[in-house]
Amino acid sequence: MEHTSEVLHHEGHGHHDATEGKKEVWRITLYLTILTLVELAIGYYMYKAGLENGFFKNMLKGLIVALMMWKAFYIVGYFMHLKHELRNFALTVVVPLFLFIWFIIAFLADGNSYNHLRNTYDKNHQERASLKMEKKEVEHGHGKEHHTGEGHTGEELK
Amino acid sequence: MATTATTKTKWWAGGRSPFNVEYGKVMMWYFLMSDAFTFGAFLIAYGTTRFATNGWPDPNQVFNSFPGLGSGFPLLFVSLMTFILIVSSVTMVLAVKAGQEMKKNEVVKYLIWTIIGGICFLSCQAWEWAHLHHEGAWWGSNPFPNHDGTLSSTNFTNFFFTITGFHGFHVLSGVVINIVMLIMTLNDTFEKRGHYLMIEKAGLYWHFVDLVWVFVFTCFYLI
Repeated sequence: MEHTSEVLHHEGHGHHDATEGKKEVWRITLYLTILTLVELAIGYYMYKAGLENGFFKNMLKGLIVALMMWKAFYIVGYFMHLKHELRNFALTVVVPLFLFIWFIIAFLADGNSYNHLRNTYDKNHQERASLKMEKKEVEHGHGKEHHTGEGHTGEELK
Repeated sequence: MATTATTKTKWWAGGRSPFNVEYGKVMMWYFLMSDAFTFGAFLIAYGTTRFATNGWPDPNQVFNSFPGLGSGFPLLFVSLMTFILIVSSVTMVLAVKAGQEMKKNEVVKYLIWTIIGGICFLSCQAWEWAHLHHEGAWWGSNPFPNHDGTLSSTNFTNFFFTITGFHGFHVLSGVVINIVMLIMTLNDTFEKRGHYLMIEKAGLYWHFVDLVWVFVFTCFYLI
């Protein structure tokens, strides 16, 4: 327990930087709000414009992911205070996370390749992709259409 | 105190935490790192499945209802949920800051706001789940067709309910932890201890829950 209180004193949060710290919190809150609004605007645009799957749509999705990472940086760096911790400590948390670079690339590429192989060699898989599904009208009054949910859920093609 | 601040500190000479962080806080960070891998694995499994599938339902067609307004409002409800969680994260930061300044009343005030935010978020999620369930969506049942009207698979709902459910469970435990913190603060536990480091650890957990939502929100509702 002695260690605990000693560390606390070293961190030394004097009263002069208390108001400054509060200002920083509101600044980061503003940034997070703006970034979220931009993300939503892009998402809404993708919906309204009815974009086809392709390069442009993928680019917008990539942009959303970049904004997501930016938000994550603000939350971890400022709200969770990691930016103000000792660099050595921050590195012990951040460096293992670089595993995600491999993790994401390898698995998404694998999924993509699997889909490509199945589309090429598995006729059943391709046919399934062109089957139309009975479009259910989504109404606000729920309950009455409850049973339609089980009709065309893809069970018969499993 | 002054000497450590001005002279060159030998962090690794022993007798102190070389990271200048209290033990429990270090462990909280490492727990959160491992939790990040758990959520990462879930989200990457979702991504891999999506890449291995030809079509996928459009989130804007699935999540377009707002309580009391009916359907036709894509992104609106989830924006509200996101905003609630961000605001509760802000009040948590303010609680942590108040704790560092040993202001008990402020800690209590901001903790209560954070708990309210968490409960609001959970209520929103409960409403959304109930609404989707009424539309016929659940684990193993997907009433929503793909973007282009083709037959979809149950992977969509399975991943949605599993991952948002796992996140919702984190929010729930975060709310419980914050309630425990509130009770301890009211009982003067931290005043007697001389510091509010426990609030900082609970704060880290709460921010992490917000952080995960940033990812879940993007992966399920936006792209």
